[in-house]
Amino acid sequence: MFAVAAIGLFIAMLLVLIRLYSGPTLYDRVLAVNSFGTHTVLFIGVLGFLNGRPDFLDIALLYALINFVGTIAILKYFRYRAIGDMSPVTRKKETGL
Amino acid sequence: MSALDMFIEGLSWVFIVSGSFFAIVGAFGSLRFPDFWSRLHAASISESAGVILLLVGMALQAGLTLITVKLLIIGIFLFITGPTATHAVANAAYVTGLRPKEGTGLEAPKETSTKTEKPKSKVKVKSKPATKRRKPSANGKTRANGTTRSKG
Repeated sequence: MFAVAAIGLFIAMLLVLIRLYSGPTLYDRVLAVNSFGTHTVLFIGVLGFLNGRPDFLDIALLYALINFVGTIAILKYFRYRAIGDMSPVTRKKETGL
Repeated sequence: MSALDMFIEGLSWVFIVSGSFFAIVGAFGSLRFPDFWSRLHAASISESAGVILLLVGMALQAGLTLITVKLLIIGIFLFITGPTATHAVANAAYVTGLRPKEGTGLEAPKETSTKTEKPKSKVKVKSKPATKRRKPSANGKTRANGTTRSKG
């Protein structure tokens, strides 16, 4: 049962990877990275059950956290061209302050 | 007891297999759909249905242990952050000027909507006095019914 789920998730991850490499726009790629991360979380959990060591779920939870923060960071970088504090030019352009 | 175990085993089978099926469906849709905005829809399938079904199936396999608590935490986190991340991607794409493709039937129909609105407005104009006529008659009927009911 877990082998079936692992094979299915692996196929899904391969399909998402094809979209990741052939995505015409940046946002297709970001969406594919986010979807790939979600699939990876499930894949790690299923692999833990498949090996009889469900302690892998800690790693899956950590991967989910990093995936979300990474997606938001990528989007913020490509919107403002800065991850932390914005440069004065882009701040004036975006917020008017 | 063994019958209950068999039932839980079969139920977790169904949940896990259908969850991986939805994961494949979402990935295939995000590969094959023609547009970014339709790919968002396909990706959110595997982020909602696939995640929930697979985690519920794994929780049924694990039973009432600490593993189920971890699965619940992962589920709650993915349930909150998945739509948030998808919304962030969609918002960023919209702000930078990405719009649905034209000519594929995916864009919002502007010309056809105006064409269809005009006959609708004519119909509405024609139907407005009819509804005005109907309303007092309906009120009169209800009043008449009320009086007859109160009398009866």
